[in-house]
Amino acid sequence: MASGDFKTAYGEWKKKLGLHEEKHPPIRRRFSTVSDLEIPQALYTPEEIKDLDYLRDLGFPGEFPYTRGVQTNMYRGKLWTMRQFSGFGTAEDTNKRYKMLLASGQAGLSVAFHMPTLMGYDSDSPQSKGEVGKCGVAVDTLADMETLFDGIPLDEITTSMTINSPAPMLLAMYVAVAEKKGVPREKIRGTLQNDILKEYIAQKEWIYPPKPSMRLVADTLEFCTKELPNWNTISISGYHIREAGATAVQELAFTIADGIAYVQAGIERGLDVDDFAPRLSYFWDVHNDFFEEIAKFRAGRRMWAHIMRDRFKAKNPKSWMLRTHAQTAGVSLTAQQPMNNISRVTIQALAAVLGGTNSLHTNSMDETLALPTEQAVMVALRTQQIIAEESGVANVIDPLGCSYFVEWLTNKVEKEASAYIDRIDQLGGMLAAIEKGFPQAEIANAAYHFQRQLETKDKVMVGVNRYQQEEKSRSIDVLYIDKTAEQRQCARIADIKKKRNTSKVETSLIALDRAARGSENTMPFLVECVKNYCTVQEMCDVLRKVFGQYRDPGMY
Amino acid sequence: MKEEKIRVLVAKPGLDGHDRGAKVIARALRDAGFEVIYTGLHQTTEMIVNAAIEEDVHVVGLSILSGAHNALVPDVIKGVKKAGAKDVLFLVGGIIPDEDIAPLKKIGVHMIYTPGASLEEVISYIRKNAPKRKIA
Repeated sequence: MASGDFKTAYGEWKKKLGLHEEKHPPIRRRFSTVSDLEIPQALYTPEEIKDLDYLRDLGFPGEFPYTRGVQTNMYRGKLWTMRQFSGFGTAEDTNKRYKMLLASGQAGLSVAFHMPTLMGYDSDSPQSKGEVGKCGVAVDTLADMETLFDGIPLDEITTSMTINSPAPMLLAMYVAVAEKKGVPREKIRGTLQNDILKEYIAQKEWIYPPKPSMRLVADTLEFCTKELPNWNTISISGYHIREAGATAVQELAFTIADGIAYVQAGIERGLDVDDFAPRLSYFWDVHNDFFEEIAKFRAGRRMWAHIMRDRFKAKNPKSWMLRTHAQTAGVSLTAQQPMNNISRVTIQALAAVLGGTNSLHTNSMDETLALPTEQAVMVALRTQQIIAEESGVANVIDPLGCSYFVEWLTNKVEKEASAYIDRIDQLGGMLAAIEKGFPQAEIANAAYHFQRQLETKDKVMVGVNRYQQEEKSRSIDVLYIDKTAEQRQCARIADIKKKRNTSKVETSLIALDRAARGSENTMPFLVECVKNYCTVQEMCDVLRKVFGQYRDPGMY
Repeated sequence: MKEEKIRVLVAKPGLDGHDRGAKVIARALRDAGFEVIYTGLHQTTEMIVNAAIEEDVHVVGLSILSGAHNALVPDVIKGVKKAGAKDVLFLVGGIIPDEDIAPLKKIGVHMIYTPGASLEEVISYIRKNAPKRKIA
């Protein structure tokens, strides 16, 4: 068909559409994604992506700019890693859940720590009252970590640890547990979230101010680059940014801007970009808006490839690849009619897979009510297995590539996210932007905008602001955290404190203090501390004295 | 006789960092014409009691999504009452299992908002039920 024919035909169809819509107006005045990104047209055609250059903009899978995926044969070679994030109660309670998940076909573990560990407090600290084992597993000393991985072969599985401010301490514990099991450092594989910048932006689990926190990130980067060649050092996370209310574009932009800041920190530490960049990975949220999510995953890979090659002059293709974990959007789930969440999770998981994710957590239907029950977790894991084994979507690489709409949206999302990154560069980079409150304010505005849209029903949540039904009692079971977890855990700390060698504890904490005040890498000192059974809080308190503490500016 | 503008303390007790809801509520209440004091994150119950007394608020709203509500809410209510504030309206928002709602109401929580509650519900409840204090 000659292009002139196409233009004429398209023009005529548009006229026809106009006439049709005069009689039958569209059901909404404005169509937009869940992030309120406007979708101006009803139809996308070659016209809307006429500037697309296949090799330049898409390339082949496993080749620059990786729009179609980072692996050459994607899921034909290896399915994504099904990795359910889990942790509750004591290490003993969680160890049982891990064994159940591994026995059910899950390939990797993902540790959820409880709030006190995430914030650098011990279970017996006054700040921990009521929090022990509630949002994750209680880990205070190496003894808990030993119990957590009891009977689990650390040379065979990969472990992801969602820990940020105390990431160096927990990494030190993992290294020590592996050593005790006779697994050498170069053999352990896993991921440390270790993304402190998004804590100030969104998740708010901080201890120290941003600058000393970035020094600790650089310490772990340097330590892992030299000692743990198979460890993913930072999981640069959009998840929490999105959950805090960001749009898809903001999630993409702020997360990549965080990634830029970490690469800079590694280079400033004196590391060669190609020595550490291949071990950086990403972590996306995957929300309900199917095509917006797929576009986000694809645009993210293209953006990162260009940033790493052109801005940071990385030469190793592995440094250019954005490898990512994804998790379905907790914030999209509803407490009302909770079984509906299974459908939401399925749509989201499918988007992550069509977006080319490398690893995936599917949320359980009951997570707006409590931590998930074993049954709910199983449905969530089986959802991934159904997508992988039954739906057929894993047969072909990037099947939506070259869809007129998906390519248009990928371009649109990239363009808007790049504009944000330019703005953050102008502010002096992400650290400066955070200190000015820029990403925090943008997210708060977006969260408020969305809530307003729910109130006016411009956006619909099924069962919440439309299709509500009277629910006499909750229709599903909910997990209760054993009330004795707090007592059991406090008794355990007391016992460890009695048994450990007090003078070794003191000496190793003094050595840590000295390292922190100077410019030495704190990691080897932390490994020494954990081996002597120093508690998380004891180590964090040493650093609190040296670095100070961050306080919430309380902006809203 | 003129009445005082309603002052609302929006507070985040404990270690929980989920502040999306608290911030949205704080802004909606401000836009609805209330005077809002937001404590920011990671407040001990003692800090919240002190803020409530110092600001002489009509309403204390606690936002908790970590599951620690049964440990934290009673301390705030007891503290505020012990400090002599008698007519304060106590609201709680967050992930609160059904089973915990009646016991929390028994110890003095006036209203509990769980996921899906609308801003309008909260605003109109406060308008109707916040203590009326005349300007001296």
